[in-house]
Amino acid sequence: WKALRRPLSTVKQVYSFKEKHHGDLQGAGDQSLFTSLYTSLAQQLPREPMEWRRTYGRAPKMIHLEANFVQFKEELLPKEGNKALLTFPFLHIYWTDCCDTEVYKSLVKEDMLRWQNSLRAHGSADWVIIVVETNDNKKKNKTNILPRSSIVDKIRSDFCNKQNDRCVVLSDPLKDSSRSQESWNSLLLKLRTLLLMSFTKNLGRFEDDMRTLREKRTQPGWSFCEYFMVQEELAFVFEMLQQFEDALVQYDELDALFTQYVLNFGAGGNFGWSGLLLRRPIDMEKRDGIQRGEASLLDLRSYLFSRQCTLLIFLQRPWEVTQRALELLHNCVQELRLLEVSVLEGALDCWVFLSCLEVLHRIEGCCDQAQLAANCSHTVGLWAYATDKLKSLGELCGLVSEKEPTSEDLNRTVDLLAGLGDERPETVNSLQSPYKKLKEALSSVEAFERHYLELSHAAMEMYRAIGRLRSARLVGKSLAEFYMRKADPERAETFLQEALKSYVSEGWSLPVTHTRKQIAACQKLLGRTEDYLQTSALLAGDVNLTTEERKHFCQEILTFAGKSGDQSQKVTLSMGVFTQLTRLQFRPATASVHSGAVLQVELTLRCLMPVSVHIQQLAASIHFDLERGGTNGRSKGTQRQTNPGTVEFHQSNSSAGPPSSSAAGPPLELDEIQDRSPSDNSLNSTGVVCKNTHLVMRRHDSHSPPDTPNCVSPPAVAMKEGAQMLKVQDVTLEPGNNSIIFTAPSGQPGTYTLRQLYATVGQVQFVLPHIYPSVQYEVYSQEPQLTVEPLSEPLLAGLPQMVKFTLLTGHYTVKKGDALQLSNTDTMPILPSSSCTARISNPAAELVGESVLSIQSSEKVTSISLPPTPPYHTLEFHLEVLCLIPSGDERPANERLTNGEVRHRPRSYSHPDTPMTAIDQRMSIDCPWSIYSTLLALTFYIPFKTKHSLLSAGNRKYIQVCVQNVSDVNFTLAEVKLTEKQHATLELQSLNTKTQQLLCSKHSVFCLWEVRWKDDLPSCLQCVFSADFSPLNQDISAFKPFHYQFQFERVTTLYSVRADILPPAGEQHCRSGLLCGLEVCITRLTEPAEGELAEDSKTDTDGLKTTKLMYEVADSSSNWAVCGKSSGMVSMPMAASATHKVQIEVMPLFAGHLPFPKIKVLKYLPHTAAVAIQPDPDSCVENDSLSLLDKALDDQGDTASIRSRGSVHSVGSGDQQQKGVAMPRLEPFSPGQVFNHSYTQQVLVLPATDDHIMEVNAT
Amino acid sequence: MSAFLHTSLDVVEEKISAVGKSLGDQRELYLGLLYPTEDYKVYGYVTNSKVKFVIVVDSSNTSLRDNEIRSMFRKLHNSFTDVMCNPFHNPGDPIQSKAFDGIVSGMMVQTG
Repeated sequence: WKALRRPLSTVKQVYSFKEKHHGDLQGAGDQSLFTSLYTSLAQQLPREPMEWRRTYGRAPKMIHLEANFVQFKEELLPKEGNKALLTFPFLHIYWTDCCDTEVYKSLVKEDMLRWQNSLRAHGSADWVIIVVETNDNKKKNKTNILPRSSIVDKIRSDFCNKQNDRCVVLSDPLKDSSRSQESWNSLLLKLRTLLLMSFTKNLGRFEDDMRTLREKRTQPGWSFCEYFMVQEELAFVFEMLQQFEDALVQYDELDALFTQYVLNFGAGGNFGWSGLLLRRPIDMEKRDGIQRGEASLLDLRSYLFSRQCTLLIFLQRPWEVTQRALELLHNCVQELRLLEVSVLEGALDCWVFLSCLEVLHRIEGCCDQAQLAANCSHTVGLWAYATDKLKSLGELCGLVSEKEPTSEDLNRTVDLLAGLGDERPETVNSLQSPYKKLKEALSSVEAFERHYLELSHAAMEMYRAIGRLRSARLVGKSLAEFYMRKADPERAETFLQEALKSYVSEGWSLPVTHTRKQIAACQKLLGRTEDYLQTSALLAGDVNLTTEERKHFCQEILTFAGKSGDQSQKVTLSMGVFTQLTRLQFRPATASVHSGAVLQVELTLRCLMPVSVHIQQLAASIHFDLERGGTNGRSKGTQRQTNPGTVEFHQSNSSAGPPSSSAAGPPLELDEIQDRSPSDNSLNSTGVVCKNTHLVMRRHDSHSPPDTPNCVSPPAVAMKEGAQMLKVQDVTLEPGNNSIIFTAPSGQPGTYTLRQLYATVGQVQFVLPHIYPSVQYEVYSQEPQLTVEPLSEPLLAGLPQMVKFTLLTGHYTVKKGDALQLSNTDTMPILPSSSCTARISNPAAELVGESVLSIQSSEKVTSISLPPTPPYHTLEFHLEVLCLIPSGDERPANERLTNGEVRHRPRSYSHPDTPMTAIDQRMSIDCPWSIYSTLLALTFYIPFKTKHSLLSAGNRKYIQVCVQNVSDVNFTLAEVKLTEKQHATLELQSLNTKTQQLLCSKHSVFCLWEVRWKDDLPSCLQCVFSADFSPLNQDISAFKPFHYQFQFERVTTLYSVRADILPPAGEQHCRSGLLCGLEVCITRLTEPAEGELAEDSKTDTDGLKTTKLMYEVADSSSNWAVCGKSSGMVSMPMAASATHKVQIEVMPLFAGHLPFPKIKVLKYLPHTAAVAIQPDPDSCVENDSLSLLDKALDDQGDTASIRSRGSVHSVGSGDQQQKGVAMPRLEPFSPGQVFNHSYTQQVLVLPATDDHIMEVNAT
Repeated sequence: MSAFLHTSLDVVEEKISAVGKSLGDQRELYLGLLYPTEDYKVYGYVTNSKVKFVIVVDSSNTSLRDNEIRSMFRKLHNSFTDVMCNPFHNPGDPIQSKAFDGIVSGMMVQTG
């Protein structure tokens, strides 16, 4: 049991105490003595506060003690086991003004003894003796005056054994002297102290007793009511001490104990339901009942509450009263239910109603209007509760209906009112009391309505005022129910709509369903067909309802739909509640077809109806956009890839289900961010950012449900009639997913956007106003298109190659007899093939047909007949063509093609990507769908590179041809031939042994022929190299010719050069470091030919034709040192066997077999004009310089300056002489014209004899 | 029944705003008895992220004291946190967790 606690407070204390005063034996003065002092005593005692120290560690308090003085009577002393605390005598006082020792001894002492004995007999130790001294007394008894101390001392020694403070002297109380004042004060202090001591002691004892009693509560025979009275005594004491807090605690304890008691044992009995009564501080009527143990549960609760209420109001905590009241009322109802107390139906409601109003009345009584308004939140619960109870009472008594209550209802009302009993006297005279209100409300339908509406509106107003809108709406909903019962759907609807709106916006599905059901009833009554049907549709698809209910609402729609009415009766409803479009699928998935092709659209509809529904027509309206950029765009390649073929629709649950995520806003799009330090790329921080905050953080107000009667977006009524539609007739939608296939119109090319969806069920049309995300498909139109491409890269010239013809028919239908006309070209014949098949495939690249092509070639044109092909198909065939390798520099023939175009000669060029030489081959094709020819180009590559060279051996001549394979293919080379075109006598003897030869990729083959002639070797040879080639391992028939033309000029050997190295005289061999002789012998081999004579020669002085040659000895390898002149001019007679010998000094620099130094022979061509003046260039130079010297000597003495000036002069004169005349030239001979015998000759050189140095060459 | 639940949110909001003003972040998640009615007692609990839990107890059930309700809420909150931590759970979707269901029905059985 919890200890009693209370806060410190200094309140003025009321206190009653009982005191005994003793009269003086000597006269009646004793009574008058106290009477004379009483007033001032009673007044002054509570004036000063005392600190009250309390047991059980409770905080001390300052209290003012007030006393009630009663004359001592022995029978007033409390008996053993007394429970009354209110009338308890706390302090006993004995008053005396005796100052005579004798009197004291004879009378007073005896009386005091008696008094003491009786006190002791009752166990009371709280007493005090007050001796009043007056000067009058002293004066009166002057003769036998005793020192006053002696009487006091006597009393003290007689009674106050060790307790001297129990005897107090009060001197001259009636005099206004400082002495008497002082005496008064000390007396008062003493009295207060003693009184408080006693009070504390007795209260403590009382509390202990009470606790003991409480501990016995489990024993049989224990009475709660008895205990109640005991603890209430304590509460009263506290209340009187103005310790309301403590008093309240007592009642709270009792309350809790009672609850426990009720639960454990049960308490009951008959009771009335007159409600709480809070108008008296103590309801003695009920208290008496409790005292007698006859109180009912409600009585006890009521009494307890009324006491608590009183104390709380004393404590200025009225709002706690309301809260406790609500708790109490709930609790009592529960307890009575728990105890299974049989009560008249409605009795409890009456009790609660009355109690609510009583509490409210009590609160209103102690607060002003402003306080009440500010504390609505505390009272509104009671208002609402009262409203509720009144409503159920009204329903019980048949007052909530259109009709008057039945007699049965009336009987019930009478019984209930009887149970109330008579009105309490407190309120009989007030105009408005809960009792009167209830009676009046139950008296008639109209009165009830008035009271009920008043309460409801009050409660709603209050809820609104404190912002509890949901609660207000709940009251409103209850009000709506009332109106519905009263057959006033119009008023009900407003409240229901308001409630529904808030439920929908917050996503409370069960309340939504419930409210919707009410609205449906309402709308049906109001005859608002469209709204009703819409609501019915919502309810039919509401999973919170039972199947039966859903079927009922579905049937409502179907019944209406089945009615045959005129067109104006058609009703348009939102489709979302009837069936949901979940998926849309295109077939083909590209959602892009050519015009006229079949495009299917499959809709997946989730039907929310509980039964299968037959739909007369399901249609989707289409918005058509002409394709931009005309109809000829080849859009096949640039199709939008955004259309995945399947579109999923996410449902925004328009009928309130559980709050779907879509209603809660768009999903978060999160991205990880990392902040790295710029220096070392280490991670500084990482985090997550929301990319679509602007959507997520958007105000949600805009999400509130549409302001329509059903909280469903109204369907757009505007339907585009006459537009193209996807249509399906007579579909039955089963509950759940349904798949419906449409065939989409695809006549005109353009973009088709699906806009709306309609489902028609009789008179009812369900409309989905926007298909979102938007769904489109495309219809395109395409021009026929022909492409030719290599079957395999690269195309090699000279070999038959396959090329692929691809014809995309587009919108063109290839009819029988249509043919492609290819203009033939010489350079690229089309090789006829017997089995050329064309493959026809549909737009989905599936093969749909194959047929053999017939190819007819005339001289100029190759005609390919095409098989009939439907539009938007692909026709594909292969053709073998051969691109001839151009064999050299043939003169272009100025030909014209059949169609009049200038024939384009294929020009070869080198391609950067390949070592092969490329040839672009143009094709011109006439197609049936166009008046223009289609020009196409193919690039071929020549697989070979060919080089030729002329080789000589003396007079003998050889021709070498090198064929290099630059392609990636290995070839076989056969029938290698070389022919000369002009000279029949010429014989080319092949030195090639093999008839067939392998020519691998990136390798070369060399072929050699010896040229033989009979009479004269022609100076010019025109040769044609030809060979057959085929890719390796192919049939002989696959060999294709390869030609290569080339030409040699000045083939004949004119001179032979011989050289000899002569060792120094007396030596067998040459030695390094010693000069040797090099003898060069140049011999003319042939007679001069015609051209040569005219060109190179001049007539010598002796008439012999000569030509000038220049020789030059050059050793590039530094084996030899040429001493003296290394080059020189030779004049050769133009006759066979003319010989010229030249001696040159050379020195070998190394020992060993040294190759001969190189000897070059060049043609020396002096200009004809200069020839007469300067026959010899060498002498000319010499002469010139001599003449310069002469001149210089004439003019000046200084040699150096003269030389320089002279040179200037000389040049100037030379210029003048040779102006406009070319300098003599050197010209090399053509290869083969000079044959050098010493070309690869070597000579042995011995090392020098006195070898100090040993040359070691390590290579 | 769900009407109580709905209206109890009024009180939840009231309490949240009252608490928010006075104590800042040091706030008690348990809101206590929100809404006593004749038949039910409605208790509330609000997480720091303003997720609201409401427990409705039959008024006749006197065995459940404040402390038990408080611990029920705590348990519920823990379990709810686990659900939210599930990477496969999409916040906003209805909770489909066996563990959570188990905890909740466990509490129901326990309270009888």
